[in-house]
Amino acid sequence: MNDKKQIPEQLEKVGVYICHCGSNIAGTIDVEDVAKWAKNNPNVEISRNYEFMCSNTGQELIEKDIKEKGLTRIVVASCSPLMHEKTFREATERGGINPFLFEMANIREHGSWATNDKAAATQKAKALVNGAIERVVHQVPLEKIPVDINPATLIVGGGIAGITAALELAEAGNQVYLVEREGTIGGHMAQIDKTFPTLDCSACILTPKMVDVGQNDNITLLTFSEIEDVEGYIGNFTVKVRKKARCLIEELCTSCGICEEKCPVKVIDEDYGAGLGYRKAIYRAFPQAVPGYPVLDKDNCTYFENGKCRACEKFCPTDAIKFDQEDEILNITVGNIILATGYDLFDARRIPQYGYGRLPNVFSSLEFERMVNASGPTEGHIVLRDGVTEPESVAIVHCVGSRDQNYNEYCSKVCCMYSLKFAHLVHEHIPEAVVYNFYMDMRTPGKGYEEFYHRLLKEGTHFVRGRVAEITDVGRNPAEEGKLIIQSENTLLGKQQRTPIDMVLLSSGMQARHDSEEVSQLFKMGCGFDGFFTERHPKLAPVSTMTDGIFIAGACQGPKDIPETVAQAGAAASQVAKLINQGTVMMEPVRASIREDECSGCRICNNLCPYNAIEFDDEKKVSRIITALCQGCGTCVAACPSSVIDGAHFTNTQVMAELKGLLWDVQPAPQKTPA
Amino acid sequence: MSEQFEPVIVGFLCNWCSYRAADLAGTARIKYAPNLRPIRVMCSGRVDPQFVLQALRSGADGVLIAGCHPGECHYVNGNIKALQRFLLLKKTLSQWGIEDERVQLLWASASEGIVLAERVNKMTEEIRALGPLRWHDKVLGDNGAIPIPVKEI
Repeated sequence: MNDKKQIPEQLEKVGVYICHCGSNIAGTIDVEDVAKWAKNNPNVEISRNYEFMCSNTGQELIEKDIKEKGLTRIVVASCSPLMHEKTFREATERGGINPFLFEMANIREHGSWATNDKAAATQKAKALVNGAIERVVHQVPLEKIPVDINPATLIVGGGIAGITAALELAEAGNQVYLVEREGTIGGHMAQIDKTFPTLDCSACILTPKMVDVGQNDNITLLTFSEIEDVEGYIGNFTVKVRKKARCLIEELCTSCGICEEKCPVKVIDEDYGAGLGYRKAIYRAFPQAVPGYPVLDKDNCTYFENGKCRACEKFCPTDAIKFDQEDEILNITVGNIILATGYDLFDARRIPQYGYGRLPNVFSSLEFERMVNASGPTEGHIVLRDGVTEPESVAIVHCVGSRDQNYNEYCSKVCCMYSLKFAHLVHEHIPEAVVYNFYMDMRTPGKGYEEFYHRLLKEGTHFVRGRVAEITDVGRNPAEEGKLIIQSENTLLGKQQRTPIDMVLLSSGMQARHDSEEVSQLFKMGCGFDGFFTERHPKLAPVSTMTDGIFIAGACQGPKDIPETVAQAGAAASQVAKLINQGTVMMEPVRASIREDECSGCRICNNLCPYNAIEFDDEKKVSRIITALCQGCGTCVAACPSSVIDGAHFTNTQVMAELKGLLWDVQPAPQKTPA
Repeated sequence: MSEQFEPVIVGFLCNWCSYRAADLAGTARIKYAPNLRPIRVMCSGRVDPQFVLQALRSGADGVLIAGCHPGECHYVNGNIKALQRFLLLKKTLSQWGIEDERVQLLWASASEGIVLAERVNKMTEEIRALGPLRWHDKVLGDNGAIPIPVKEI
């Protein structure tokens, strides 16, 4: 507006609308002044201020003005474009002009809400509005890009989240690939004995679902498999899956279990058994495993060690064992991906003063789950590490690795409830045992959860409020000899106490998978500092990610219990089902393109593209962008030394124009060019 | 009353992290210096060093480039490219005598409204202390009498 020479000869007719947003904007910014001032820009045809631009009336105002005043460009100054850009683009389109001839100025989140200084806020609003006006003049009509959605879906992780999502989608008639790293689906839920607060047998409610997965024709189950590479974009992902060799021909195996029986090698079961029990070198994690065929553990198999044994091969009635089987690489194409990769349990060894791994009778929560399970290594008997002695007293320590600045700052959410469950199970198995819960705060938000806490209070559990400082086996008096002593604070009594105990259970928190960062990079979606995957919006898009076509469900997004996980898995499945039903999605046309006749063929851009979307034409010696692969980041646009790459909707001209508009009040006086 | 110098800072905020951080700062009603004038770009990797130069030339006293944390880039590693360009640009700028504080790079994730707000406050104070940029005197010398060739890009 200050530099008349720069104005295009054919003036655009821009309509400017300043929203009051009730008092959200108008309370801080002088909206009338901004609207009146905006008229000074020669491109502005009309400038209005209105109470709620996003209301129907507000939108109709735009439509009417376009039709009646022949507006060619629209600027709305209101909230963040992430909030209402879509709304106003649609209004612009209904008015009869291309939706990409609309621009938004964010004067609420970046303006009125960010300062109390009315004059400064108004000045900033003017700058933002002017930036939008200058920019919109240079915007060009664009068409959204339709993309067909491949109806197949990849689900990564076969825990309760993956199982639920797979069943939801498959039962609706969609093809699903369920990829699981372990030999069986089931995940952590299969290891758990009882579920709080209803005390359902975890396996009893999980295994029917596992069987459903195994039997559903729409589900291709790929266990003992890992994702190696992911390419493509929403609707069209190509995923490379490594199906690791089980040393077994699946088609021949009848899951009879004879190989497992005959295998002479006993290995400590670190995964499913949490290190408490044993398994064979050829094994199924548990009898109800889906699929039912075993996995041969090459690291521990005698044949792979010295070429001898072959007992499993000898006894297999169907000759299904195949020692020289090789990994298989599968390339599958899917339209959407749901990540349900679950969590790792916090390793209590990281807190040395709790003695886990050093003091035999300190157990991890997963060890206790296996121990108390009727099909577990002790057949459900709660015993000390010697395998026979029943404890007379049991202490359950909360918040192990959680709510602790040294480890994980967050609350792991499920530990209070499972600690209460543990207390109940001890009471149930050893009625005369004394049970302590050492807790910081009792967090029981959930249906029936607080009631469960009250039930435990009645069952006679001792609750001690205070963080445990140390667990030691060094007694100070005869009563403490031979016991574990818990040194803790009792904040309700305001004093330190030492409690001699036979058995300690550490309620470790959930944390992100150790490899979650690599996984997030593989799938090109975000994960936070704590390793949990980042959702698109913490409130309104909890299962979507910033990457279209990739969804998250369950504990990979943050600590949560089974009902929440199931709900999220259902939500993710319905998000995918929505896309499958739509058949096509419209993608933002924010894509780069190269003006080939001006390209010098320097190839600087070629290696910059993270999506390999730039190819080089050897014949013409120019680079070319494969539009379908381009995601529109614009890094090539910024790098092109000849400025011949156009980043649609974020062109150099548009950004420079916005910049100029933004700095309307501080531009140095134009320099005189010598004649 | 002596009027305080109010620097103008242009912010290039990436669409996925830092723009949302600024949105969050607003939504959470975190009050910070109104001196930042943000421009949304899809990725910090989109920030052409020419944008920064143009901003300084056009009267801005400072430029803040903000993007996702390393490893969290929506476009895999656009922020790393931004970092490389930033470091190179800074070398050039320092040779022109443009102070370090005037052009800054920040990683602010979508949940770090407070990080963005605090940096804007800090940067505003730093630049306020430095005073106006006066690009024409500083870079071009001779009171800016030498014209800058305007290249259409």
